[in-house]
Parts: sequence; structure tokens; C-alpha cells
Amino acid sequence: MTNSIQEFEDAEVFFVIGSNTTEQHPMIASRIIQAVRQKAAKLIVADPREIKLAKFAALHLRHKMGSDVALLNGLMHIILEEGWEAKEFIKDRTENYEPLKAVVATYTPDRVAEITGVDKDSLRKASEIYAKAKRSMIIYAMGITQHVAGTDNVKSCANLAMLTGHVGYPSTGVNPLRGQNNVQGACDMGALPNVYSGYQSVTDPKIREVFEKEWGVNDLNDKAGLTLTEMIDAAERGDIKALYVMGENPVVSDPDARHVSRALRKLDLLVVQDIFLTETARLAHVVLPAASFAEKMGTFTNTERRVQLSRQAIAPLGGTLPDWKIICEISSRVGYPMNYDSPIEILDEINRVTPSYAGITYSRLKGSWGLSWPCPNEDHPGTLFLHKDQFARGLGAFDAREYIPPAEVPDEEYPFTLITGRVGFQFHTGTMTRKISILEREAPKAVLEMNSKDARRLRVTDGSIVTVESRRGELHLPVQIKQDIPESMVFSTFHYSEKNINELTICAIDPVAKIPEFSCAVSIRRI
Amino acid sequence: MSQTLVVCPFCGCGCNFYLDEKEGRAVGVIPSRGHPVSQGSLCVKGWRAHEFINHPERITSPMIRYGGIARDATWGESFDLVANKLISIKKEYGSGALAFLSSAKLTNEENYIFMKMARAAFKTNNIDHCARL
Repeated sequence: MTNSIQEFEDAEVFFVIGSNTTEQHPMIASRIIQAVRQKAAKLIVADPREIKLAKFAALHLRHKMGSDVALLNGLMHIILEEGWEAKEFIKDRTENYEPLKAVVATYTPDRVAEITGVDKDSLRKASEIYAKAKRSMIIYAMGITQHVAGTDNVKSCANLAMLTGHVGYPSTGVNPLRGQNNVQGACDMGALPNVYSGYQSVTDPKIREVFEKEWGVNDLNDKAGLTLTEMIDAAERGDIKALYVMGENPVVSDPDARHVSRALRKLDLLVVQDIFLTETARLAHVVLPAASFAEKMGTFTNTERRVQLSRQAIAPLGGTLPDWKIICEISSRVGYPMNYDSPIEILDEINRVTPSYAGITYSRLKGSWGLSWPCPNEDHPGTLFLHKDQFARGLGAFDAREYIPPAEVPDEEYPFTLITGRVGFQFHTGTMTRKISILEREAPKAVLEMNSKDARRLRVTDGSIVTVESRRGELHLPVQIKQDIPESMVFSTFHYSEKNINELTICAIDPVAKIPEFSCAVSIRRI
Repeated sequence: MSQTLVVCPFCGCGCNFYLDEKEGRAVGVIPSRGHPVSQGSLCVKGWRAHEFINHPERITSPMIRYGGIARDATWGESFDLVANKLISIKKEYGSGALAFLSSAKLTNEENYIFMKMARAAFKTNNIDHCARL
């Protein structure tokens, strides 16, 4: 997020696209709703489904799945036509403006209405509300990123924000919501194939030198490694022989699940370190039982870049070890000793080699609600919003993108679009939430959400079991009729391993970010 | 009885709450009024976060599987097996045959040393986590 969560109070306009915020980020959704109700902020929701947040919206754009680039280019087209762009901001703080103008010029309201299914009047209203306010925020989540055009979608959000000067000020910016409590931190720490901590590139010899010195080695690998989806493919080909999985459940969370299981079964060594015997752990050669978050101390970084200290509440459950101790032990046994006494010592090392975390020290975290990076030294107060006065790279670069359709569009054989996601009562693959009684009471099983008109056509009703089939697999699921889902689209969740919807989803990936699309074409038959 | 301030384990909002402990077990959750994100509130998942911590299905012993059969193992033999196998695979096929999946559920410190192990001990950049999922 370029802004902090507390800045939501003073935003004038929220443009929420590809985020079912009330379900996935409830405390952020309540900030938005408060601002709308108490401070007359305006909310624009862009989502094919009538999500709960849409009930509070001044405008709801129900664009077709995967048409985000066309929608965003269309808004920019209208903004330029009306002269609502931020001329001074564009001149002083951005570059590559002319190519953007040329591309969005072709996204006329007629063409955009045709691609997205959103009427021209709504496109115009959305453009006006977003562009003319002083403090507008874009808020997005995996509905923007999990597409073959995920990178294009993100860049288009950035283009729109820069075109209107809506970034780099308080309560004004681009705010991707991160889905896990430490997905921001895992990225910040370099649990990524191309960067060390602080997004420092593994291909840069000067940076490698810094890490080689700190780590006491002299031949760090200078080529970017494989992403998760590429690792799975490489395992299936036999190129990856050993996979060490810590606190993840790819058999349920990844698209095309049968492909994932098949690939994992080919490994010579699969190590899974977790707190429960997950579906992935069941395939492992070695399972290592870890302590839970409550049984250790350490820091987590939330979606607004706030690094916070989590304290140890209870002793590790008998027989388990904290993950950091397990890693130290394995590393030491393979000849690279790690002798940390506590996570505090590890944080000291992170401070030394990670410029954006340099001032986020244990002694400061201990007595505060956390610090937001970048925080380059111990006197720095942390950074609530990014890109003040100038962008991290200097000038903000417009990067015009063209609309491309999803990898798999409905056809005669598979006439429905399946989208997947979460509900508010469960979390991800359910490893934790399915052990919680009240959540199981509220959301005990997988359902297929469907529009009543489609249900009538298929001659099914609430609770009818249908066969949902894609090119990769099939499942039997009970129908739940919902008015918030458009015709020809169905929705289900990936919380339930006994009905793993990811056996159907597609692993078509964005060529840059390598993020999978998931959404795919399915057929539905009454049983 | 004690109450300890922790970070919620679910989404990225970053709410804090106090975990209520009784006789070494997590027994309840108390919201934090002062916390800038949670401001005394929590979602339904956060309110019940203590429930999975002492759940009877927690795994409490390392396991080793040969063929289809898994058995409980000691930490010592499990560490040795993992270390030896990783070394022999690296020797036979090179470090490119190893891959590491870290976690958006673990701490910064754990993510940092896991990636350090992949890169410094095994000389591979095949490390990622579920950021894309």
C-alpha cells in the first residue's frame, strides 16, 4: 500500500477494484464504510459480483471478468477527453506520457462498453468522481493480480493514479491489499527468486558482495531462481528433485491441483514443515512439526508496511520446535552453521543488510505499535505514505497496456466462467480456520454460487448437487443461489480440501509476475 | 493467567490482540483498544484465533514416510535424513535441483534465514512463497 490504513479516514473517494474487502480484509472494509457513512466519502466498486461493499457504493461497475485493462483505459480516455488529468503532476513527476495518451485514445466509451459490459454513462460518472476529487484512493487485491494480464492490470491502476495525480499525498494513493498476515514481510525478506531482503537484486554484483560479506560466503548464485508455479512444473519434468515447503499448502492453494500432486509425488525428497498435517504434508517424505505463531516471538509486516512485534504467549507445544530453530538446525547440519540465540539476533542482521528496515530495530518495536518501512535509520519515524515529492525511481513512468482476454473464455462446451475466492468465515486452505468451531458452523462446506436464472435454466435449486467440470477436472458441488453473481458466472471457494476447487482451475500465468489466473471456463450438469 | 500482545495470524490487516493464557494453553482473545488498525475490534476469525493453537490435531512429532507408510521419528533422525538427502541431491544434480517454499504465515526473521539457507548454504535462488496465490 502506498498509504497507511489510518489515512482511509480522510479519503474522499475509494475506487475498489478486484477486492472483496468485507470478506478478506474486514477491518479495512469497516474503515471504508465508516468514511462513506460518517464523512460522505464516495465509493466506486468495480466487480462483476455485487459484493457487500457494493451496497455502500455511489457507483457499482459490473465489468466482465478479466476486462480490467479495458475498463481502466476507458476511464483514462474520458478523463483526458474532459481535461480532468493532473497536468502539473504529469509534467513535473512522470515520464512516458505520450505513449499512454496514444493507447488510451483508442479506448473510446463505445469500445470499452462493448468489452466490459459497463454502460457509457457509468464509465463517465466513475471517471468524474475519481478524477475530480482531491484525495482519491485505488484499492485492489487478487481480483486485479490473478490474471494472465495481472501485471497489465496493476500498471493500468498506476497509470490512472498518476494521470490524475492521485498518488504521493496523504489519503491519496494506490493500495493493494495483501492477503496473508506476512505476505508483505515474506516479500520484503527476499523469499522471492530474484531478490534478497529489501528487494535487492540477486543479479547485481555490488549487492551480492554485501550479502557475501555478511553471510561469510563467496559464490552466491547470480541468476534469478524459479517461481512457485515454475518449481511445480520443473518437479513434474524431473528437474527439481527436492522441495522443502515451510508453512504452505500448495496441493490445495495452487491452480490445477492434480498437476501439483502429480509433480510433488515425483520428488526424491519432499519436506513439509507445518503445524497441522496438511494435504501437502500427507505427501511428504519428512514432516517437521512446527510451533504456532503464539509459541514464539518475531515480527510480521502488514499490508500497510507496518512491521510489528508479536510476542511469545505460551511455550511451544510439546514435541514441536519454532520454525527458526528448525531452519538453524538443518542449515548447520548441511555445513552452514547458524547460531542465532533468538529472533532478535536475526532482526539485527536484517537491520544491517536491508536499507528499508535499517531503523526497524527490536528496541524500537518493543515499545511501539510498529514502524512502517522505509525506515532507513534509528531516528527515522517510519513512512506512512510512499512517493511523497518523488517516486522511488525518480519520475513515475507511465506504461500503457492493451487489453488481452483471459486465457480460457467460455465456449459451447464449457459455457460458464468459474471464479474462486474466499468467504469471510474461512481462510485460505482452511488449515487453521477449519479447526475453529464457530467458523465451521457458519461456513461448513464448499458450495457453487450461481445466479437464479442460470439455476432455472439448469433446472436446479438451492442444495441440488451438480457436476462442475473444467478441462482439468470435475467436482460435485451443491448449488447455492445468489443474486449477487451475474449470469454465466459461478463462484466457489478453495477452503475445502475435500472438495478442492483448484482441481478445476487453470494454471495460465502472467508472463511477467508468473501469477496464475485460476478463473476458468466450466460446464455444469445436474446429477 | 497471562495476556500477551500478538499479531493476528490471518489476513494482511495486521490487527493485534492479547492472547489469553491459562495453564500453558491459549484460551481466549482480547482485542487491543490502543492498536491503530484494530482499535478495539476484530473480525470473527481473529476473535477465535486461539482455537486452533491447542487443537488436538496439531502434529507433535516428526514423521518419516517410506513407501506409503508414515511413522513417528525423532528430531535427530529427521534432521539427519533431510540434511543428508539435500546434500546428496545437490551433489548428484546440482543446486538447481533444490527448491524452497517459504511462507507468508511465518515471521520476517524466519523468512530471512530460510532464504539465507537456500542462498548461502545451497547456492540456489529457487526460493519463493505463496505471494501469487
